[in-house]
Amino acid sequence: MRSKSVKMAKRPAPKKGTLGRLLKLLFKQNKALLITVFICLTISAVVSVASSVFLKNLIDVIRVGLKDGLDSVWLSLVTIFVTMGGVYGIGVLGSFTYTRLMAILTQKFLHQIRTGVFNKMQSYPIRFFDTHKTGDIMSTFTNDTDALRQLVSQSIPQLFTTMISTTTLLVIMFTSSLWLTLVIFVGVIAMFSVTKIVGGNSAKYFIKQQQSIGKTEGYIQEMMQGQKVIKVFCHEDESKEGFDKNNEQLYEDAKNAHTFANILMPIMGNLGNILYVLVAFVGGILVLNSIPNVTVLGIQEVNPAAFLSIIIAFLPISKQFTGNVAQSSQQINSVVMGLAGASRIFELLDVEPETDEGYVTLVRCRIADDGTITECEERTGHWAWKHPHKADGTVTYTELKGDIEMIDVDFGYVPEKIVLHNISLYAHEGQKVAFVGATGAGKTTITNLINRFYDIADGKIRYDGININKIKKQDLRRSLGIVLQDTNLFTGTVMENIRYGRLSASDEDCINAAKLAYAHDFVTRLPDGYNTMLTADGANLSQGQRQLLSIARAAVKDAPVMILDEATSSIDTRTEALVQKGTDRLMDGRTVFVIAHRLSTVQNSNVIMVLEFGNIIERGTHDELIAKRGKYYQLYTGAFELE
Amino acid sequence: MKSAKKEQKQGVIPIVKTLSKSIREYKKPSILTPIMVMLEVIFECLIPFVMTMLLDRIDKISKGESGDLMSEILTYGLILLALAFVALVFGALSGKFCATASSGFAKNLRKDLYYKIQGFSFVNIDKFSTSSLVTRLTTDITNVEMSYMMLIRIAVRAPFMLIFSLTMAFTINWTMALIFLCTSPILIVGLFIIIRKAVPFFNRIFHKYDKLNESVEENVRGMRVVKSYVREDYEKEKFEKASNEVKSDFTKAEKLIAFNTPLMNFCIYAGIILIFVVGSLLIINSNETVLAIAELQSFMTYSFQILMSLMMLSMILVMIVMSSASAKRITEVLNESSTIYSPENSVTEIADGSIEFNDVCFRYSEKADRYALSDVDLKINSGETVGIIGSTGSSKTTLVQLIPRLYDTTSGSVKVANVNVKDYDLTALRDSVAMVLQKNTLFSGTIKENLRWGNKFATDEELIKACQLAQADEFIQAFPDGYDTYIEQGGVNVSGGQKQRLCIARALLKKPKILILDDSTSAVDTKTDALIRKAFKEYIPETTKIIIAQRINSVMDADKIIIMDGGTITAIGTHEQLLASNDIYQELYYSQNKEEARNA
Repeated sequence: MRSKSVKMAKRPAPKKGTLGRLLKLLFKQNKALLITVFICLTISAVVSVASSVFLKNLIDVIRVGLKDGLDSVWLSLVTIFVTMGGVYGIGVLGSFTYTRLMAILTQKFLHQIRTGVFNKMQSYPIRFFDTHKTGDIMSTFTNDTDALRQLVSQSIPQLFTTMISTTTLLVIMFTSSLWLTLVIFVGVIAMFSVTKIVGGNSAKYFIKQQQSIGKTEGYIQEMMQGQKVIKVFCHEDESKEGFDKNNEQLYEDAKNAHTFANILMPIMGNLGNILYVLVAFVGGILVLNSIPNVTVLGIQEVNPAAFLSIIIAFLPISKQFTGNVAQSSQQINSVVMGLAGASRIFELLDVEPETDEGYVTLVRCRIADDGTITECEERTGHWAWKHPHKADGTVTYTELKGDIEMIDVDFGYVPEKIVLHNISLYAHEGQKVAFVGATGAGKTTITNLINRFYDIADGKIRYDGININKIKKQDLRRSLGIVLQDTNLFTGTVMENIRYGRLSASDEDCINAAKLAYAHDFVTRLPDGYNTMLTADGANLSQGQRQLLSIARAAVKDAPVMILDEATSSIDTRTEALVQKGTDRLMDGRTVFVIAHRLSTVQNSNVIMVLEFGNIIERGTHDELIAKRGKYYQLYTGAFELE
Repeated sequence: MKSAKKEQKQGVIPIVKTLSKSIREYKKPSILTPIMVMLEVIFECLIPFVMTMLLDRIDKISKGESGDLMSEILTYGLILLALAFVALVFGALSGKFCATASSGFAKNLRKDLYYKIQGFSFVNIDKFSTSSLVTRLTTDITNVEMSYMMLIRIAVRAPFMLIFSLTMAFTINWTMALIFLCTSPILIVGLFIIIRKAVPFFNRIFHKYDKLNESVEENVRGMRVVKSYVREDYEKEKFEKASNEVKSDFTKAEKLIAFNTPLMNFCIYAGIILIFVVGSLLIINSNETVLAIAELQSFMTYSFQILMSLMMLSMILVMIVMSSASAKRITEVLNESSTIYSPENSVTEIADGSIEFNDVCFRYSEKADRYALSDVDLKINSGETVGIIGSTGSSKTTLVQLIPRLYDTTSGSVKVANVNVKDYDLTALRDSVAMVLQKNTLFSGTIKENLRWGNKFATDEELIKACQLAQADEFIQAFPDGYDTYIEQGGVNVSGGQKQRLCIARALLKKPKILILDDSTSAVDTKTDALIRKAFKEYIPETTKIIIAQRINSVMDADKIIIMDGGTITAIGTHEQLLASNDIYQELYYSQNKEEARNA
């Protein structure tokens, strides 16, 4: 919030070990599926290279047929065709199975990643959210998972297929002709170096392009948000100028990235073609000069015709081999981008979650006339802190009253800059305590400490006499009703938004709360009343109306302690007075902390604390403080003084 | 159903027309790309053809035929190498031109869109939400860019490849070529069915993806609420559901798309078997007169190329269908005409700061049945200070927005210095009428840069002077970097009150004839607020000042106080007059000044 935003490293080159971690994660959660996929992939890859073997056999048979007539080879031909049919059938089945399973696997994996990150994120401390931009976190869920989808669903299977088929092709090549294989090898080395140069450049510029996209998007976002200000200041030309600069850079990077990506395939494809020609050429020379064929199996003395059929069969192999290399070179961009995405996802996954050593829990209870407290399940209107004592194994119960005490509390968002000094205060059950002071004086910070969004550096906070560090965070927060200045409503109906305060609340409870918060009136005037859908953080409501709803949401929660942080800042003073009447009734007998810069909001508090630079400089009731003629008096009468 | 289809068809041409206007200087690469692609394809397709010749000569040698076969082989080999090399050059050139054309087109389109938005009036801006404009400028343009790239390159390459491969196949042997006429329809029909079924799924997925992202964004932004209400588990459940929906739809769509590969494999394999069966019979029966062994190989290549091009065409089709929604959304903005623009022969001099409203009525859209302002008559003299007070929704902001002509009146007229605001040059009018908006924004940049929005040429002394008036100088000087302090996007590193004072200083730098503060000191403490007003009075007495406020104290010393309620002016008067006669004013005054009330 107030601390400086720490920018997440923008699209870094993927960290080492990312691929390994990704594969491990992929494998761990989907073992059976993954193994089946790879078996089918292997089948389909092997079958895809079988054609050349068939062609070679077929040509041999045809040659015999040409010499001895069709009848002599009839059976061999049929055998070849039936075998082909069978093998291809298996191949089609294999590719059918793996593509289908891959579709399932990819989506399942992405779902696992998304929910994994999201769930983990729920446990992160507020500090994390205060120091990271929403846009950066969002892009992990959008751009990075999308890059990951490309990687998992396309690149990994593609590379695996290439691996299998190149291996198979290599075996065939080695057993066909070493001479020709040698030619291919020379070619492939050339292809690799092209990939390294062109593909490497392409990947470099793709990452650069991503950066300029991010920059341009940021600029556009800022300008669109301030569009009305631009109009008022006739600043259109300057805004265009700044845009052009970003746009031009983006164009340059995009052009480079796409140029390299686009030319890679024609280069690779035609290098393949050249290689194809070279193989045929070298083959021709071999046949012409009657050089014996050499394979891994040894030197073969073959007649020119048989050698020729070897060459003819070798040609499609060479084409397939180079085609494979070319295809996998296309994956270089998505691999680099996918890994960069994955490493940012992991970065988000590796954040330390909020720690919680609390063991005191909040339970419903029944209080007997003599004051003894017994735990119970049903709603009684009473709550108690359940305090197990490790030393002797006993459990004590303390009634939840809402006494809050701060003793000599120091705090800083960063250790080197203390923003609260020596804060001591006591809020009795049922009291209304107000904080006033300039923005940045530390008002909100105090409430951040009570609900333990942040932990104090020094001092002590006691809640009903219990050190709040001993209370489980969730139970602590359950006992506090908080209305924040930034309202944050959620997509859903008005009713659902109010019910967010207590999921078990009935419609009637919600409507009553809305009445208390003075929201009922305007809600009933909305097109669909309580069923009106709110979208995009309640953008179809005014800021004041949103504040009323967030008060209703807190009212439904019905917590024993309430914190109102500038809760009515956007509500006009007349409506505020009405809301206050409602909340005063609601808060009768409960502890309330109020923060406001509008002094009319806090006048009826039991005690008002005036904060300045993280110190409480004055405290007392409104009348006391007025009589004191100190800072509060100045704030209150500031305008009159000048007359 | 039929009519709906027709409508869609009619829509395509104007969309293409509008978008194509942005090609401009990239017409050359846009035309060169398909030409290069065509040439590349021609040479690429010649390769297997010449290859057959080469293999044939080798075959002849192996059969012991005489003649100068060796030099023929050499010739063919060199021709082949040349062909491959030329194909490579054309291929690389097409790739380069294509990249320039598509990134250039995207650049122009983004620029046109952005410039268009800069010309928007408030009415136009209200119509499109900020986030939708951002999406149009980013994701939508990227989608169109990708489609354009495919359109000028692959969409040209695939049919050419198809036609050339078929022609070549027919030239070698038409009986064999007929095989392709058997396998291709299977692939075409199959792909067609797959696409037809998958496209609606993808459209739905985009929608669900948006919802998923929205829920993440809400969650991150509202984390304090989530934690305060201990709703982590609830949020997880909600997200799990949204994510699951995306997953299940996406899986369904991808499963459909997954049919592509086996279908393709099936067609290729079936084609190969057919080629082998028919080919081997032809070769043996005709004793290689109709078909040579070497030609079998070429047929395999062509078969692969033909089916591959069909596959590519289907991919392009999907891409175009999916990006058509983006294209539509972009043209929507491009075709939106600004509702407010400067008239011809406009007045460029604003004589003074007097303002007059005559029978002004206003509603935000023609569809709205409620008027936001009705029958407003008002006269403000130059140099006066006017306060406006009223409850939320009483149209205070609406009223003042008519003065710099951010909106046009529905009926009636607004005059500044006795000239209708519609007759002024917009820039001149808005330069003279400075308005500090309620929802104000600072931009990322130094304080100085932000202040100079008001006046580009302002000297440092002028900046300091304006900041002194707005009571901002003191806190700015307290920053380690002073006026060079960097303001983060949205002004998050200054407090609300500091931001408001900077915004006021920025407006003051315009040296306006009329200054409007729309609830611009709400986060400033009362004392500073009073100091600002005092400075106004002393240093810019000739400027008309209009102050909208929640606090009575902010307006009580104004020359005139206007009370608004439900879109009308209910009372005008001085503090004393209103305190004596107006119920609303009394109520407001006493609720805010209990002390006074007690004494009274």
